[in-house]
Order: sequence, then C-alpha cells, then structure tokens
Amino acid sequence: MERMRGAMSESWAEFFAMGGFASYVWPAYGAFAAILGGLILHGVRRNRAIRRELDAVEARRRSQR
Amino acid sequence: MAIVSNSFWTFANPHNFMRLSGAVLPGVTVAAVVTMVIGLAWSLLGTPPDYQQGETVKIMFIHVPAAVLAINTYMLMVVASLIGLIRGHPVSHLVAKSAAPIGAGFTVIAIVTGALWGHPTWGAYWVWDARLTSILLMLFFYLGYIALWNAIEDPNRAAELAAVLCLFGSVFAVLSRYAVQFWSTLHQGTSIGVTAGGALNDAYFYPLAFMIVAHYLVFIALLLTGVRTEIRARRLRSLRLQSAV
Repeated sequence: MERMRGAMSESWAEFFAMGGFASYVWPAYGAFAAILGGLILHGVRRNRAIRRELDAVEARRRSQR
Repeated sequence: MAIVSNSFWTFANPHNFMRLSGAVLPGVTVAAVVTMVIGLAWSLLGTPPDYQQGETVKIMFIHVPAAVLAINTYMLMVVASLIGLIRGHPVSHLVAKSAAPIGAGFTVIAIVTGALWGHPTWGAYWVWDARLTSILLMLFFYLGYIALWNAIEDPNRAAELAAVLCLFGSVFAVLSRYAVQFWSTLHQGTSIGVTAGGALNDAYFYPLAFMIVAHYLVFIALLLTGVRTEIRARRLRSLRLQSAV
C-alpha cells in the first residue's frame, strides 16, 4: 500500500513536471483558466445585476399603475 | 424560401430571441461544461509527448481552439455588424457587441499560449511575422470596438459607428487566418506529430477536435448570456427614459 502510494505520487510528480516543460505548459493553462474564468464571471455577474435592476424597475411600474 | 428566411429573421425580434435563447441556454451550458472538463482531462492526461517537442505539444490543445475562436468570433461580428447596418435589427448589433469581449479574451489566450509555446520550440516568445502581427492588430480592433461602444452615450449611434470600425478590422481577421498561405511565415500550420500523409496524428487530432467543439460550446453559452443581458439592459434604459419624461 505504502509502495503503491509512493508510485502514485511519483507519477503525479512526473505529470506536473511535464517532461521539463512545466514552466511553459502550466502558465499557458493558467492563463487560459484565468481569462476564460474572468469572461464567465463577468458575464454571469453583469447578467445578474441587469436582471435585478430590470425586475425592480418593472415592479415599480406595475405598482404605479 | 419564405419559411426559411422567416424562421431566421424571427431571431432578430428581441422577444423571440429571449424565448428561444432561454430554451436552449441551459442545455448548451451543461454541454459546454461537460465537454470542456472531458477535453481538458483528455488533453493533459490522455495524450503522449511529441517526439520532437516533448510535452510542450500540450499547449496546442488550448492554443489552436483559442486562435480558431478568436478569428471566427471576429468573422461573426463582421456578419452581425453588416446585418445590423443593412437591415437595422438591434439584436444583430447586440450580438456583435456581446461577442467582442469573448473574442478579445480568446485572442489574448491565443497570444499568451502561443508565446509560451513559441519560446521552447522557436526560441522566441514573439516574432513579427505576418500571422502574429495580424492577430495583434485584430486584438487592437477588438479593444477599439469595445472602447467605442463604451464611449458613445446613444446606443443606436454607438452600434453604427462600432459596426463600421468592425468592418475595417475584418482585413486583419482574414489575414490572421490566411497569412500562412500568403507568405512564408515562421508560424506553421500543423507540423507537429505529422504522419507521412502530412496530417496531424490521430493521438493529437481527436483531442484537439474535441477541444475545438468544447470551445465553441463555451462561446455559444457566453454569447447567448451576453446578448440576453444586452437586451435586458436596452429595455432597462428605455424604461428609465420613459419614467424620466
């Protein structure tokens, strides 16, 4: 079991090392995740904010009628 | 023919757009998340190192889809802007407006991942060759387009001026795609892991194709969300103007 765990962590270490190109591959995937994450977060937040404002304005109009 | 054109133009009606996009958005979002997670796992864990480039080939699975989306998003904006200018459909301009930040984001991803791929394989983060230069100019048009929308108060006027700017930038979107064929550039097409036939090896081709599909689904989900937001924002603005009178 102990040996198995050792082999596992060794293969993960190998995976993260990316054959010596870790300093290129991981920043590339990091930039991808950061920018795509930013786009998603921005889109969802703006959608929520506008929707809330619109709902409030429409509710006010209904109550005035 | 009338049926075909009618069904297409119903999208131009904001009410119909909200109804139709609201119906497909949940499904598209789930599909986008699932394919992206599978695609990332496949790219990172399920592909062998290239015999020449080693593990740097892993960058391809995000660089190529981002570059494809960067250029095709601009093409979509050109078409949407043209329809907006010619037929005057507001939703058409809003499609272009919502696509711009997404396209700019993919362009930045393509440039950053390209630099990180270029250094170990070409020996340089950046070269001023035709493809890289036109991609950079396209990014400036994306940013200019977004800035123009933000700078002009009247949305109808902003839409028209931004659409014209978008049309001018189409030159660089076209150049970005075809520069490799026009001039001999440092940027190659698919030279990694080539077989005798000159095509990409299956071990790279399938995960790459899968990642391109995943990127398209993410794009569609983001775009529909963005256009829905813009339609609501427009309604909000007109309601506020009415109550101000």
